Amino acid sequence: MFLQSLRKPDWVSFPSKYKGVIKINVIAEVFPDLMRGLGVTVSVLIASAFFGYLMAFIAGLCRLSNNIVLRKFTGFYIEVFRGTSLIVQLFWLYYAVPMLFGIELGSNWWIGVIAIALNYGAYMSEIVRGSILAVAKGQTEAATALNMSSFQRMRLIILPQAVRMMLPEFGNYLIQMLKATSLVYLIGLNDIFYYGNILRSNDLSMAPTVYLLVLLFYFILALPLIFLVRKAESISKKGVAS
Amino acid sequence: MNWSWETFFDALPLVASGLGITIGLTIASYLFALIFGFVWVFLRRIPFKPISWTVTWIMEFIRSTPPLVQLFFIYFAWPVVPYVGMTLDPFTSAVLGLGLHFSTYIGEVYRSGIEGVDKGQWEASTALNYSLYDKWTKIILPQAVPPTIPMLGNYLIILFKEVPLASTIGVVGILHMAQSYGSQYWAYLEPLTIVGILFLILSYPSAILISKLEKRMNRRFDKKAALSSTQKGTVV
Amino acid sequence: MTEPIVEFKDIHKSFGDVKVLKGIDLNIKPAEKIAVIGPSGSGKTTIIRMLMTLEVPTSGDIIVDGVNLWKMEKNGKMVKANEKHLREVRGDIGMVFQHFNLFPHMTILENCMTAPIHVKKEDKEEARERSIQMLEKVGLGDKLDNYPNQLSGGQKQRVAMARALVMRPKIMLFDEVTSALDPELVGEVLEVIRDIAKEGEMAMVLVTHEMDFALDVADKVLFLDEGVIAEEGTASEVIEHSKNERLQSFLHRFRS
Ligand SMILES: Nc1ncnc2c1ncn2[C@@H]1O[C@H](COP(=O)(O)OP(=O)(O)OP(=O)(O)O)[C@@H](O)[C@H]1O
Ligand SMILES: [Mg+2]
Repeated sequence: MFLQSLRKPDWVSFPSKYKGVIKINVIAEVFPDLMRGLGVTVSVLIASAFFGYLMAFIAGLCRLSNNIVLRKFTGFYIEVFRGTSLIVQLFWLYYAVPMLFGIELGSNWWIGVIAIALNYGAYMSEIVRGSILAVAKGQTEAATALNMSSFQRMRLIILPQAVRMMLPEFGNYLIQMLKATSLVYLIGLNDIFYYGNILRSNDLSMAPTVYLLVLLFYFILALPLIFLVRKAESISKKGVAS
Repeated sequence: MNWSWETFFDALPLVASGLGITIGLTIASYLFALIFGFVWVFLRRIPFKPISWTVTWIMEFIRSTPPLVQLFFIYFAWPVVPYVGMTLDPFTSAVLGLGLHFSTYIGEVYRSGIEGVDKGQWEASTALNYSLYDKWTKIILPQAVPPTIPMLGNYLIILFKEVPLASTIGVVGILHMAQSYGSQYWAYLEPLTIVGILFLILSYPSAILISKLEKRMNRRFDKKAALSSTQKGTVV
Repeated sequence: MTEPIVEFKDIHKSFGDVKVLKGIDLNIKPAEKIAVIGPSGSGKTTIIRMLMTLEVPTSGDIIVDGVNLWKMEKNGKMVKANEKHLREVRGDIGMVFQHFNLFPHMTILENCMTAPIHVKKEDKEEARERSIQMLEKVGLGDKLDNYPNQLSGGQKQRVAMARALVMRPKIMLFDEVTSALDPELVGEVLEVIRDIAKEGEMAMVLVTHEMDFALDVADKVLFLDEGVIAEEGTASEVIEHSKNERLQSFLHRFRS
């Protein structure tokens, strides 16, 4: 619908000086090409979000464990991954790990997913930890008074409340992860950005149109997430602390 | 394990020689973002709905799309845009790209600082008949700025970690150096590890410093949760 | 004489360098109603929190139904109790908190049902049935599906009581359960406690500042002062006829 309105004749016959900025008729050509990368972008996003959240919970809970070794080790993981850049980690996994251990990590798709998941897992583990600590102390005490085990307290009382607090930040990080997926182009995955770059290298004059369209793709993917965050914010305001 | 200390020390001087560019780019884009952040705040405060609304969405657009693509846009596409376009060297492109991307975050920080100033303070300064200039410089900003300092510091660290993105358009910082060493001698492990270590050495102590600063600020201004929520992660 | 259900033997408790309790000896008999009064900071809350296993005594023993609460036998030696031991012993104890501590993510009914189902492994239908009965008893039969934040303070506290009661404790602890309430809501909560007390079979420890209520309900009143039990006796002995000066000046503040 959007594209059709753009293809109206009066749009196309803009004064020629505008034509170079965004080549309207080029959009129709470029669009299907970029679509071919959509699957990779979205699948990398979904997988790294899944493993990233998983990692966040594992690391966040380990940080709260009574076992000091586990706590220190997890702390080390978190600081290393938060202290260096995603792009460095990605290259490290891609170039250095095979050299270090003489093993291949499997497909590049997996390398991208692992890098993003480990990086964002480290950041988000702090949210998990913070939210769990933020659940009122009285909640644990009430659960203890009902003779719940420490596992039951966590599962039935603490986590359901903590997760609500995590939602908005988790949503924000989902948008960050979407942006991060563009890096997988650098390790040879054929995502949206990859196809954009192919088009650009074929014909440099198309570059503005192509990159704007690529950005638009990402933005359209981000839009539902932006609204999701707003929704999550309103949910998390409800249902915590009595 | 194929770790070689020889390679490590061979690569170290080369990789470290990129540090100047990496830090220079961090500072330049940060300054750009600090200044441009004000532009966003100013534009958003224009009391004409269509403008403030459009500005809000432009900010949202820049913030929620990948800075890597934005860098490519500025570096590859900008030169071929007729009339306004011009060819920019990689460093300048990166300053504009990263600076612009981060300015949208910085703008939000400024806004939260300004909105954090108690409403009564505005009313008081109006009641005392301050001029617009005095109102801002004597009443609002002195209160709005200090609580934002830790957040701004945080974004400096985050930006620092985004800077290696610029190696993709040919800015020869530490990552670029490591890559060129790698491709030359087919040894990526050690140079990339050096890059990681350099980042860690520089960013970890700064992060600790910032969180100390933040704690002290929070004690002084008694605004705990509200502002520390920007212990945010990355921006890529 | 009946065996006490709970015994405190020379209990001491310090927080850091601050000695809060300096030797508490106390017997609670089955079905006995005990009111604990005393100035703020005298350690009333601390006493019942130690019984609820929310606070560890610094020294001394607490015996519940003949079993040492905070210590257990291991290889012939008494060692600090682990979580499993605590769970076995504290099953007979319930508590109502000053600030309700309802679970905000659950409805009223779920608040009551969750422990019977998960802790006592009761059948879900049965737990539901009993929870509804209990909520009806505290006058909230029409609020089953409401969330805690939709209730008034008095209603919340009544839910908290129902939640504790469905666990059928042998002994219930009440920590100033009315002091976070607006004055006009105090009555409805005391009314419920009075009803429970009349049923009789459960022992109760009530930390309270409501002297008339203590007179009415309690078999025994303890006056806690500076970390020791300074006066102990029937309600009328302690509240109406005591010669202890500090107790009188304490009571005076509630009589004006
Ligand atoms: N977790 C804790 N850490 C340090 N000190 C504590 C802690 N809990 C209680 N205290 C101190 O122990 C003393 C007794 O506290 P407690 O809550 O038992 O008093 P209380 O008699 O219930 O007072 P109130 O009538 O105000 O509720 C107080 O001085 C309090 O400051
Ligand atoms: Mg108390």
